[in-house]
Amino acid sequence: MTVLLVAAGAAVGAPLRYVTAHLLDGRLHRELHWGTILVNVVGSFLLGLFSGMGLSGNTIALLGTGFCGGLTTYSAFAVQTHDLGPRKGAATVALTVVPAVAVCFLGFWLGAR
Amino acid sequence: MHASVLLAVALGGAAGASLRYALTVLEPDGSGFPATTFAINVVGSFLLALLPASAWVRRHHLLPPLLGTGVLGGFTTLSTWSEHTRSLVAEGATATAGAYAAGTLVTCLAAVALADRFSTRASREEFDEEEGDL
Repeated sequence: MTVLLVAAGAAVGAPLRYVTAHLLDGRLHRELHWGTILVNVVGSFLLGLFSGMGLSGNTIALLGTGFCGGLTTYSAFAVQTHDLGPRKGAATVALTVVPAVAVCFLGFWLGAR
Repeated sequence: MHASVLLAVALGGAAGASLRYALTVLEPDGSGFPATTFAINVVGSFLLALLPASAWVRRHHLLPPLLGTGVLGGFTTLSTWSEHTRSLVAEGATATAGAYAAGTLVTCLAAVALADRFSTRASREEFDEEEGDL
């Protein structure tokens, strides 16, 4: 059952995201959510790497769909970006979107070598 | 940080990711614009911004991390968004890549702005304190 592998991967990835955000986001509302930024960029690198390695089937279900999917979050990124207002929101977008896609390319390239 | 919160995030994340997987099996993204993942991220962002509107959710301290950080965090995915954008660019479909990358961001932010109308700033801060949107 592939769905169980997806669940298992996310059961590790999601708490890892929570711990990272808990430690790095800090309690200051005015600060950027560095933990969320970090997991989203790292997860994008890993998914690019796994895709470059040509992982498929149950392996990509566990590590890609499950772990990377659970580690990263679009919903918290969107909510945090909106709540931070125009200036810090724009900073969050710039620090997430550009590095995430860039390291995804890097990961794919490394994986395909 | 309590073990109960970690467990709630793990269980919620597993459930959210499983639902995302099931939807992509029923309606695969295929080639071209990844409509299923686009919809998943928009709906998930809307629901995460809507959760603070519920006093019932805010009153139970495990529900924000279970439903927000867990279920909706696991349901939505930024890594798949990055990988879709990368593969569309690599295929030479740069217009589709741009529309997908920017379209997801703009639509998710609009969905959050819409959902925010149903909650107060105080309730959103309470939800944030309960670590429901990490």
